[in-house]
Amino acid sequence: MRVTIRLFARLRELAGASELDRIVPDGSTALDVWNGLAEEFPALAAYTKAISVAVNEDYARLTVGVRDGDDIAFLPPVSGGSGERVSV
Amino acid sequence: MDITAAPLDAAAVTAAAARTSDGAVATFVGIVRSENAGRQVLWLDYEAYAPLALKAFEGIAREAASHWPDVRLVIHHRTGRVEIGEASVVIAAASPHRAGAFAACRYAIERIKQIAPIWKHEHFAGGDVWIEGATADAADEAARAAALERACA
Repeated sequence: MRVTIRLFARLRELAGASELDRIVPDGSTALDVWNGLAEEFPALAAYTKAISVAVNEDYARLTVGVRDGDDIAFLPPVSGGSGERVSV
Repeated sequence: MDITAAPLDAAAVTAAAARTSDGAVATFVGIVRSENAGRQVLWLDYEAYAPLALKAFEGIAREAASHWPDVRLVIHHRTGRVEIGEASVVIAAASPHRAGAFAACRYAIERIKQIAPIWKHEHFAGGDVWIEGATADAADEAARAAALERACA
């Protein structure tokens, strides 16, 4: 099945693309899609423990199954607002 | 709620939040400062995943309403290049009484920093760096509780 992958900020720079179309096996999870991407762009692998994912413009878990036509966004740690970095 | 590349207008955000029944509006303006972590900052570039950021702002407003039912929140965040001294974010929290307005405003900025899909690319004298804070997890109750604690401190 075909999915659209969106990358932001540092992830976008490391992959050299903000949007990619990829064919992934049926039954793939969002994490599977990420792992495939990290094989293609090894520099992304350092972010595996730090990313968030959104599917079709809603936050999702990395364990969620993806479907044909899904729009999957991988997000590095966020830093909106103003001032210092956050510690949670 | 808005994500925009245009300069932010704090007075307009304040006016958009206030209703005739309100007695207070707390407006927070986050601005770009000239120094960060020992670096001389030249400007910031903000990048957002706009549709999800707008949903995050709406979600933050719903969370705030569960704690302060009379409060109305309006949040505008800038994207693109923002110069020193310019506003990157404006939050207005309107309420019949000041306590709710102050608390909800503080809550909103804490939550934005935790879960809004927005990234800050700092350009400083000698280089540039992506600032990376929290791994966004809108369902993380501990983060939400920490924001509430800061709001009510």
